Amino acid sequence: MNRLAKLTFTELKLFLRDPTAVFFAVVFPPMLLGILGAIPAFREPSEDLGGQRVIDLYVPIMIGFVLAMLAVSVLPTYLATYREKGILRRLSTTPVPPSSLLLAQLAMGVGMAVVAVTLVLGVGVVVFDTAMPQQLLGYLVAFVLAAAAIFAVGLLVAAVAPSGKAASGIGSILFFPMMFLAGLYFPREVMPEVLRRIGDFTPLGAGVQALQDATAGAWPQPLHLAVLAVFAIAASLTAAKLFRWE
Amino acid sequence: MSVIEVEHLHKRYRDHVAVHDLSFTVERGEIFGILGPNGAGKTTTVEIVEGLRTPDGGTVRVLGLDPRRDGAELRQRVGVQLQESQLPERLKIREAMELYSSFYDRPADWHQLLEDLGLADKRNAKFGKLSGGQKQRLSIALALVGNPEIAVLDELTTGLDPQARRDTWELIEQIRDRGVTVVLVTHFMEEAERLADRVAVIDAGRLVAIDSPAGLVSRLDSGQRIRFRPTTPLEDRILTELPEVHSVQRSGSQMLVTGSGDLLQAVTSVLARHHIVAADLRMEQANLDDAFMALTTHEE
Repeated sequence: MNRLAKLTFTELKLFLRDPTAVFFAVVFPPMLLGILGAIPAFREPSEDLGGQRVIDLYVPIMIGFVLAMLAVSVLPTYLATYREKGILRRLSTTPVPPSSLLLAQLAMGVGMAVVAVTLVLGVGVVVFDTAMPQQLLGYLVAFVLAAAAIFAVGLLVAAVAPSGKAASGIGSILFFPMMFLAGLYFPREVMPEVLRRIGDFTPLGAGVQALQDATAGAWPQPLHLAVLAVFAIAASLTAAKLFRWE
Repeated sequence: MSVIEVEHLHKRYRDHVAVHDLSFTVERGEIFGILGPNGAGKTTTVEIVEGLRTPDGGTVRVLGLDPRRDGAELRQRVGVQLQESQLPERLKIREAMELYSSFYDRPADWHQLLEDLGLADKRNAKFGKLSGGQKQRLSIALALVGNPEIAVLDELTTGLDPQARRDTWELIEQIRDRGVTVVLVTHFMEEAERLADRVAVIDAGRLVAIDSPAGLVSRLDSGQRIRFRPTTPLEDRILTELPEVHSVQRSGSQMLVTGSGDLLQAVTSVLARHHIVAADLRMEQANLDDAFMALTTHEE
């Protein structure tokens, strides 16, 4: 097994031993979808939502939840803790550079995201008969860009947070407004216009909308894809510039 | 044969000079101590040797390599134990050893290493559950897992209780006995005195002395003191004529002789020649502590 694969596997094991992180990033999103779907009104088509059901809207929102949890909460907390405890520094004395641990964390995070997203889609499709993505290519493009954007934001948090505690604090501060604009508390469809407009320019707002459009069969709007691409590039470049290994 | 050559090393941080014109060599197979008060530039020096920091001036060769340019090769051959470096809380010892040994081209047998370091029965314990001493031993194990030719150990025993410290010292001697050159950074005199073949004393970024611990001690004026009560009166002259003797003082029936070099041998043989028995003979020897204080005490 090569070194990066071995590091990634080790990070995966460490993540799976972290019950809080596993619960909120992997178990909670499909569970919440199940709880929402248990409310009969949420399974009825609504005219306010253009004939869609609430449960349909919450599938991409839960996918956004998964990405935000893993990228903005778990990833920076782990990386900042590794820096704080001198683990990155220890690696820099071995033949494996500390950047490998960052890559391993990213790979682990993306891998867990794929697992959790599959669970969310599975619960939606199997239990509540939500639609499979109609515009599959558009959906994949939207997902990859959304993941890139939100993980880049996570790396930026990891770059600036002086400690693991600080990273988890900054992560929470970002998580709630981003999830709010992505429609966690009330879906974007019923948001006031101004909030929806603001949401269009956030990684999760744009990401959730792009996933929802592709699910409905349309190609995601260029604005949303552009917002995601800009976040992915700008945040990762800034993170690379600011990141300290010790 | 030198495995580390440091010449005219210079390193400055924003507002102060951390290392100034520092030169020394480390020979293969020795335990080389780097001793100095906190903030003397010890850690900066070894971090430059490890390739973690770039010097502002001077040259460093480690195993014939340039630590900055040949970093990849260097890290295969030099094991490092950093001051205060931890591991993830939930990582098991076994997993840490397996992971870190996979980083090296020619790793040591980590099972044996854990055995030697007394951690074999802890192999399934998580890092977060280890005691301070166990964590330090694991840290040594990780520094050795690549089968290094040089091991750099920084403040190894800081924070350990006396028993754990002594156990660690034995370990370091074992490491040297495997043929590994050990560079030991410390501010504990006792540790340097006990372990090091040679010691570089660094103060305020400068090298103040480099010698064996005994050599450093013997540089002290009145490094040794002998007290005794002569059974028959004797003249001071008999003793002061000896080249080893610096001074002779009397207090009551007691005599106090200070000197350096092979003082005890010189004094006892001259007393024997004069058929004088030295009762209550006590030797008070200066130790590295005294030598260190003398070398690093500044005039304010």
